[in-house]
Amino acid sequence: MLNLAKINKSYQVGRNSLQVLKNVDLQIEEGEFVSIMGSSGSGKSTLLNILGILDNFDSGSYTLDDTVIGQLNQRQAALYRNKFIGFVFQSFNLLSFKNALENVALPLYYQKMARKKRNRIAMDYLERVGLRDWAEHYPNELSGGQQQRVAIARALISQPRLVLADEPTGALDSQTSNQIMDVFADVNAGGMTVVIVTHEHDIAERTRRVVHLRDGQIDEAEPMTALN
Amino acid sequence: MFDVDKWQEILSVMRRNKLRTLLTALTVAWGIFLLVLLVGFGNGLQNGIIYTFRDDAINSLWIYRGKSSLPYKGMPVGRQIQFNNEDYDRIRETIDGVEHMTSRFYLYGEFTISYKNKHSSFDVRSCHPDHLHLENTLMVSGRYLNDIDIKAKRKVAVVGTKVVAMLFGDENPLGKYINVNGIMYKVVGVFRDEGGPGEERKIYIPISTAQQAYGGGTKVHQIMMTVGDADLATSQAIGEQIRLLLAEQHNFSPNDRRAVFVRNNLESFQRWNSIIDGVALFLQIIAMLTIFAGIISISNIMLITVKERTKEIGVRKAMGATPWSIVSMVLQESIVITALSGYIGMVAGVAAVELFKNLFPAGDYFRNPYVDLEIAVIATLLMVSAGALAGLFPAIRAASIKPIEALRTD
Repeated sequence: MLNLAKINKSYQVGRNSLQVLKNVDLQIEEGEFVSIMGSSGSGKSTLLNILGILDNFDSGSYTLDDTVIGQLNQRQAALYRNKFIGFVFQSFNLLSFKNALENVALPLYYQKMARKKRNRIAMDYLERVGLRDWAEHYPNELSGGQQQRVAIARALISQPRLVLADEPTGALDSQTSNQIMDVFADVNAGGMTVVIVTHEHDIAERTRRVVHLRDGQIDEAEPMTALN
Repeated sequence: MFDVDKWQEILSVMRRNKLRTLLTALTVAWGIFLLVLLVGFGNGLQNGIIYTFRDDAINSLWIYRGKSSLPYKGMPVGRQIQFNNEDYDRIRETIDGVEHMTSRFYLYGEFTISYKNKHSSFDVRSCHPDHLHLENTLMVSGRYLNDIDIKAKRKVAVVGTKVVAMLFGDENPLGKYINVNGIMYKVVGVFRDEGGPGEERKIYIPISTAQQAYGGGTKVHQIMMTVGDADLATSQAIGEQIRLLLAEQHNFSPNDRRAVFVRNNLESFQRWNSIIDGVALFLQIIAMLTIFAGIISISNIMLITVKERTKEIGVRKAMGATPWSIVSMVLQESIVITALSGYIGMVAGVAAVELFKNLFPAGDYFRNPYVDLEIAVIATLLMVSAGALAGLFPAIRAASIKPIEALRTD
């Protein structure tokens, strides 16, 4: 479903070029629940940017759901993000002046869906994360765990091919982290492909497959663990 | 453009930065307020000038006598120049471009005028029929002086409404005889004059009658004429031709500028007008600069707002917001703030002009300030384009924010 082949990416640091990703190959099948692990500087953020069509890469190829993601202009990239990918962020990134329902409905706003229709759909998704009664609340009236569940609902509402989470539990206590991982597990059980970038082993262990990244390369020495 | 969500967002952004929005709005409102106020006052000044010149024809030349100041052909300096009927006729015959023309023979001092047992003193002017056009005299009843009056030296008089009120009361004055220092004149017409009460206390009689009755011979004190719709240069040229003609007639040097004075009303009207135009332009430039300052401050504040919202914009882009949707969001916000505050400023400006008009009596140089629809439309367009201009750089900045900003942790 998702195929990265020989992806290279380097950044210009002063006069030197810093190669962050070196010939990265990665396949993820539909319905997989994958975590990408690595220490800081391992290139996992860069990999996440490329997977999320947030950044371009220098060479290699990226195919997502039979669509070749090449060099895109900003507008095309925005359209592909909207269509293919649901994002979940470490700091939730809900819009503070919109209530939970409106936050969930945001991706549909950018699909130019009518307000009533998208709010009705958003209500269904809030229900799936158990926050139907909190629809009218603003982010600052919600706990961290609740905010992240709103964010997950927002990531799911556009029915993406892939949910991409960046340290989704980084700002939460361990109990709440567990609950959030339960939500991700549920989502995955429903058939959605989920990729979580994390540096926490506890979190990685909850996924079905762990990809280790070290110095910009997939670490072959570490076996691809299959957990239950 | 008009969807509920954008409006909701704009309002919520404003609500989050109440004081900042208020201060920004104030600069623009103040600029537009000043613009409207100053345009209104400029119009008031213009009206004042038109009012000041309302009494007399603007496109006119008034020729006065002077004294020679240069020796010429053996004639001494300081000689009083005296016009006569021949000058009037020569100008009529030889100068092109003269439209209406009249001489005046001065009757010095106020005359005692009587009707039946009522007596009062009024100013009597003797002139030609064309005088009607030079003073903007408006006939109320009867007729003005005519050529037959002049030719036959008839003893007829045209009187102002104030004269009628004093001497005749409710009686119809037409056809009645009034006594002017012992000579009886038949009243043939009644006039009023935009120039006010002073002008309506006057009595006009034929110049030929006056010259004969009051020992004037063919003497003339003043010659006045209109020049149609000639432009300033043409009317100045006509004035100069007349001056040279009179120099020849009365033997003074063509270079002697004190022997005869030519007052060009068009020239003074245009001089006044250009002063007023200059003042109005100056005022408008000040207002424009104030608006410009407002635009810069809006632009500045929007830049800060965009910077503060970097992360939010990043998140929106990650959610699929296209650059254009971000640009239009910022532009719309800017336009809404500017247009709204500008509108408030405009309404306040119009109100201030109206208030001023009602509080202060109309004077000679300033009256009826007003703001017309055209200015209101221009101001509105100005506000919207100012808003767009103010939002331009912040919008470009916002559009250039990368979606990876969303991934940064605070």
